[in-house]
Amino acid sequence: MMLNYYLIIVLAPLAAAVIAGLFGRQIGRAGSHWLTILAVGISCALSILVLKAMFWDGAASENISLYTWAVTDGLHMEVGFLVDRLTALMMVVVTFVSLMVHIYTIGYMHDDPGYQRFFSYISLFTFAMLMLVMSNNFLQLFFGWEAVGLVSYLLIGFWFKRESAIFANLKAFLVNRVGDFGFILGIAAVVMFSGSLDYAIVFAAAENIAGQSVEVVPGSMWNAMTLICILLFIGAMGKSAQAPLHVWLPDSMEGPTPISALIHAATMVTAGIFMVARMSPLFELSETALAVVITIGAITAFFMGLLGIVQNDIKRVVAYSTLSQLGYMTVALGASAYSAAIFHLMTHAFFKALLFLAAGSVIIAMHHEQDIRKMGGLRKYMPITYWTALVGSLALIGFPGSSGFFSKDLLIEAVKESHWHGQGAVYWIAYLSVLLGVFVTALYSFRMFFLVFHGEGRMDADTKSHLHETPWVVTAPLILLAVPSALIGWFTAGPVLFEGYFGTAIVVAPEHDVLRHLGEHLWHGSWALVKHIYVSPAFWLAASGALVAWFLYLRRPEVPAMIEAKVSGLHQLLVNKYYFDDLYIKGFAFWGRAFGRFLWQKGDQLIIDGVLVNGTARTVGKLADVMRQLQTGYLYTYAFAMIIGLTALLSWLIWFR
Amino acid sequence: MGMLLHTVLFYTFASFLIGAAIGVVFSRNPVHAVMFLVLAFFQSAMLWMLIEAEFLAIVLVLVYVGAVMVLFLFVVMMLDINVEAVRKGFDRYAPLGIGVALLMAFELIQLIWLRGKGAGTADGFVPYAEGYSNTKALGSVLYTEHVYAFEIAAVILLLAIVAAIALTMRKRPGLKVQNISRQVAVRARDRLRVIKMDAEKKP
Amino acid sequence: MIGLHHYLVVSAMLFVLSIAGIVLNRRNLILLLMCIELMLLAVNFNFIAFSRHLGDDTGQVFVFFILTVAAAEAAIGLAILVVLFRNRRSINVQDMNEMKG
Repeated sequence: MMLNYYLIIVLAPLAAAVIAGLFGRQIGRAGSHWLTILAVGISCALSILVLKAMFWDGAASENISLYTWAVTDGLHMEVGFLVDRLTALMMVVVTFVSLMVHIYTIGYMHDDPGYQRFFSYISLFTFAMLMLVMSNNFLQLFFGWEAVGLVSYLLIGFWFKRESAIFANLKAFLVNRVGDFGFILGIAAVVMFSGSLDYAIVFAAAENIAGQSVEVVPGSMWNAMTLICILLFIGAMGKSAQAPLHVWLPDSMEGPTPISALIHAATMVTAGIFMVARMSPLFELSETALAVVITIGAITAFFMGLLGIVQNDIKRVVAYSTLSQLGYMTVALGASAYSAAIFHLMTHAFFKALLFLAAGSVIIAMHHEQDIRKMGGLRKYMPITYWTALVGSLALIGFPGSSGFFSKDLLIEAVKESHWHGQGAVYWIAYLSVLLGVFVTALYSFRMFFLVFHGEGRMDADTKSHLHETPWVVTAPLILLAVPSALIGWFTAGPVLFEGYFGTAIVVAPEHDVLRHLGEHLWHGSWALVKHIYVSPAFWLAASGALVAWFLYLRRPEVPAMIEAKVSGLHQLLVNKYYFDDLYIKGFAFWGRAFGRFLWQKGDQLIIDGVLVNGTARTVGKLADVMRQLQTGYLYTYAFAMIIGLTALLSWLIWFR
Repeated sequence: MGMLLHTVLFYTFASFLIGAAIGVVFSRNPVHAVMFLVLAFFQSAMLWMLIEAEFLAIVLVLVYVGAVMVLFLFVVMMLDINVEAVRKGFDRYAPLGIGVALLMAFELIQLIWLRGKGAGTADGFVPYAEGYSNTKALGSVLYTEHVYAFEIAAVILLLAIVAAIALTMRKRPGLKVQNISRQVAVRARDRLRVIKMDAEKKP
Repeated sequence: MIGLHHYLVVSAMLFVLSIAGIVLNRRNLILLLMCIELMLLAVNFNFIAFSRHLGDDTGQVFVFFILTVAAAEAAIGLAILVVLFRNRRSINVQDMNEMKG
């Protein structure tokens, strides 16, 4: 019964993607969007049913192996579903946001010639993401992982005639390769130490693996589990855009805005977070790996947030915000508060998708102008977009009562409690980063919000005269996303974080269990948390951030320029994104290309083509030039050759036998 | 026949045979070469006669010399071959060719003479009994045991005739030949047309 | 006593001479054909000598067939030669190197 549900959930978007992709011309534009929306709608409805069965009806988690793809040397490569509460939650988030984005796309891509192709891609993405989250083994996880990467690549370069889009998708592809390399090494390490790809078997063998050591570099023994976890986390760093593999995400904004919302904010980039949470039985056994995770996350959370302050492209601001929020989730993972990470993932999926779609709505209204310096005062033209964007921004900064408030505030509390990392640098970097990050988040969020919706209109007169609210297919998803963004925290924070919603899906070692500690000492229900907000430093930091934004960008708009001039060095550093792109493009990419050119010109053209291939042909030709002299064409030469042969044979018979 | 006479005859014929072969190889004029070849065949026939292979000896003279060699002579004389041109370029590879030939001769003779001696091969041939007919003996095996081969040989000869004619026959353009069937089939109306016309132009 | 040996030696000398003829003669196709005839004659010598030595007439039957085939070969060879001469006005061996690599 449930298995049929799972199959329909996964295969409906795939079927829709195939039909819309291959027969898009036949079924037309309307046909494409109705088909894909129907398919994703079915998936979404059934996912909610599954979640209901899991959560309210108490259905047990299921681990089903559907099909053995290959068996090699005892290693089973299977297709299967592991559906537990973690999976169910992810399924609902993925399909719901995907459904919203599908509907939104009707409006956003209205005039685009690649309409059917776009729907096919996003349906395909939904399929791939579902395969990823529902997998019960590493191989299928990897399949989903690469498939979402592929669709991401296709969609970043959706407008393939733009050079910048092609640059961006290539960049995303290459940077993800780095992460995926680590990931596949991690999977290989898992197979090496446990002999299986199946989650259940690997998790059962986790203690055993943790007891082993492996010599990574000569003379240095590592715990096998640390190695596996760090390698897997490198994969997560690529997919979830953690520093220093974050550089692709801002550039991915070259893709259409619905994609930014669906893939590069709500779902795909959170695959890394999901994966680490799924692997919690492994990560729990390596404090070293968790320390790496928390450090990387903290760095990403704070420093990427800072970059959001200096961006002027509306989508890039949101993109850096996404980076920063992903950093938060990673910090939560590192603090062993996996539930908090997934919870933040969920709320973030709603409010960040909302923010992206709102940004997209603004972009539609502005006729694809994305520079916030040329916007302003849009509040009176676009009320729905304004209010939904406000809800999204408030959720992002953690306004009391919003979904972001519960997830982020509790996340910060959890990090604060993660004393088991010791009182050293790791703990303080993590804690201070997430805390100060709140201020930064509020600052860039409301900077953007004020610059776009408030103040003077800075757009040209022509654009101004055409400003109006976007059509219902755009605003309806905004409203539908605004509702969970605002409210979902109230009734899910308790169950998800403290009341053991995830059950056995997430494993936390008792000494790491910060959430249990919080549940005993801090948590007295949602309302109590909101009431005691004034004791939370995060709240005051958020409020001050919003206030500073108001002061700088509405009250005294001339001040930011003065500050820029004062600390121009810092400003330059931020504008140039800490020179990561320069490092990669002029460093790795340049030398990589130089090396490639060397291999091409010297290795391929000179040695392989020149010496081996053409050289062989040339040698044969030259040899043949000599040999053909033997072929005089004269009969007597051949006869003579025969006679010489005959004489030789005779000589051999007489003298040497 | 006395032993001595036999030996003398053998050496005489053999030396003439070798001389004729040398003549074939080294003579400058192709006509001379053919004549030497005829001589060589005659001497061979003589040698075969000496060891009582009479039938083949006669066949060699009648068929080979009478037909094949005459054909050779015919062709040589028919083709206008420049004797001087034939002479040129004779010497360049001569040392190598002669060297190989000598080596081979040495090896063959070593094989036959030195190794074969003592195997009873140097004794004379056992003469046939009185009243023995070589022709009859050959015929009795040829038409019984080897009759298929004989038929095939006949077909090969036929084939050679047809092939030789087919190869050398040609149509020459502009040759005036009669077409008998057309001549016979001709009708008056194909040749003659009666036209009615005025004797002179009308004024 | 004249026996197998003597005939075989004569045959070998004939054979070697005809080989020398083929190698030395660079000009005339007819001479090549004649040398081949001579070579066949040498072979026939062997057959007859061995036939007589072993007392088996089959060897002589073989010679009979060889003569037949040699006659056919000579006829066709000469026909080809005539056609060749007609087409090229030459039977010079050194003019014929179409097979040159």
